[in-house]
Amino acid sequence: MTSTDGSTARTATATAPRPERSGRVRRFSRAERLVHRATGWLMLLCVGTAACLYLAPLAQLVGRRHLLVTVHEWSGVLLPLPFLLGLASPAFRTDLRRLNRFAAYDREWLRAVRRRLTEPRARPAGKFNAGQKIYAGWIAGAVLVMMATGLLMWFTGVLPTISRTSAIFVHDVLAWGIAAVLIGHMRRAYRDPEARLGMRTGFVGRDWARTRHRHWTPEDPQDARGPDPGDAGRAR
Amino acid sequence: MGLRKNRPAEGAPVARRTMLTMLGAGAVALATAPWLQEGWEKALGAASQKDPTGLTGVLPNPGGFRYYSVVGSVPRRDETDYALRIDGLVDRPTTYTLEDLRALRQTRIVHDVLCTDGWRVENTPFEGVRLSDLLEAAGVRPEGRALRFTCFDGVYTESLTLAQARRSDMLVALRMQDEPITHEHGGPVRLYAAPMYFYKSAKWLSGISVTDKVVPGYWEEYGYDIDGWLDGEDRDGDGPAA
Repeated sequence: MTSTDGSTARTATATAPRPERSGRVRRFSRAERLVHRATGWLMLLCVGTAACLYLAPLAQLVGRRHLLVTVHEWSGVLLPLPFLLGLASPAFRTDLRRLNRFAAYDREWLRAVRRRLTEPRARPAGKFNAGQKIYAGWIAGAVLVMMATGLLMWFTGVLPTISRTSAIFVHDVLAWGIAAVLIGHMRRAYRDPEARLGMRTGFVGRDWARTRHRHWTPEDPQDARGPDPGDAGRAR
Repeated sequence: MGLRKNRPAEGAPVARRTMLTMLGAGAVALATAPWLQEGWEKALGAASQKDPTGLTGVLPNPGGFRYYSVVGSVPRRDETDYALRIDGLVDRPTTYTLEDLRALRQTRIVHDVLCTDGWRVENTPFEGVRLSDLLEAAGVRPEGRALRFTCFDGVYTESLTLAQARRSDMLVALRMQDEPITHEHGGPVRLYAAPMYFYKSAKWLSGISVTDKVVPGYWEEYGYDIDGWLDGEDRDGDGPAA
């Protein structure tokens, strides 16, 4: 972490003063980034094998049904594991609380989305914006529903009251919902390089944090070094 | 400085509520799935009537076939190189070409196709040679109890008991939906076990061997029922009268 900080600082002095690049602040701990990365790979594996099992052209291209089924089942079942391991990290738990709770400005953010206001000023946010909060809750619930219906298909007859056909139907319909939502998630990330950088390196530009997440102040004193002295009077 | 802002907001737990709502919606959807599905299939069936893109084919329960293969690629066979070998506990082991099979008495069966994965295709016509005719021609020896089917994908296998195989609704099928069976659907020749789940209807059929006991097929080794009866079939009968 410190090495990253040091190298960016070096680059900053070398390429000279683009002011918004002058400071990096810590956004995600190593544990959090590992959780995200592991979950992301498992999700891609799960979705990729699902596509090869389900979409006729891909199925004809790939075949190997038993192998794909096995990979799909296990990547799906293991999907919550990084999250559960992450609970050991205080930083991760703190961010989960942040994701969970809705502040007044989150409702303002949602209103801005409904009115199609895109400038950051109209969309106030804490460390996570309202969209990220809702996404987190939704995908957590969706994954659990997929896991439950998937296990019902895997272990047929565990709950005889629910037919396999019903489980398959819910699994299939929700799969399309998840595909759409995941595409949205990746599109957001694609359009925001600084957010991606935050997830990759753990650090984001101070200015990005101020404009996009103005109700968040990075607390890690070593990385954040507090607001600039001359910052107090600046109108934001 | 900024400590107050830093503390996670003490507002409503919206993310948790979203998650619980999803779980609730999932449970409700599971409970009402039979009805939801019926409506969905109706709507989709209507839509697929005028769907030049074929997009409805990938939606859940599309009322169409899906492609399953257990291997990476399957060789293509046609009139020039297709052969069906009947051997094992028979008096007259025989090899049929596609032309030979076409020259035999053809039987047409219209039945619903159901996959264990939930898709179904209603009232699908299959046409081909009755398995019982082929067995009779080959002359099953008294110790023969079951059939083992092999496929030219090189991997897939299936099984039937002799009694099941002699039903009138068990076909070595050459045509499906009144067209020659395409490669994707297991052509040129596949098994069609009408009263059973579709995994029993082995695609790319290349061999039938009479055995003295049931040898479980490919999916059956992975836990599928060896007798893949559909609900409501007359399991002890001889199949529908001709």
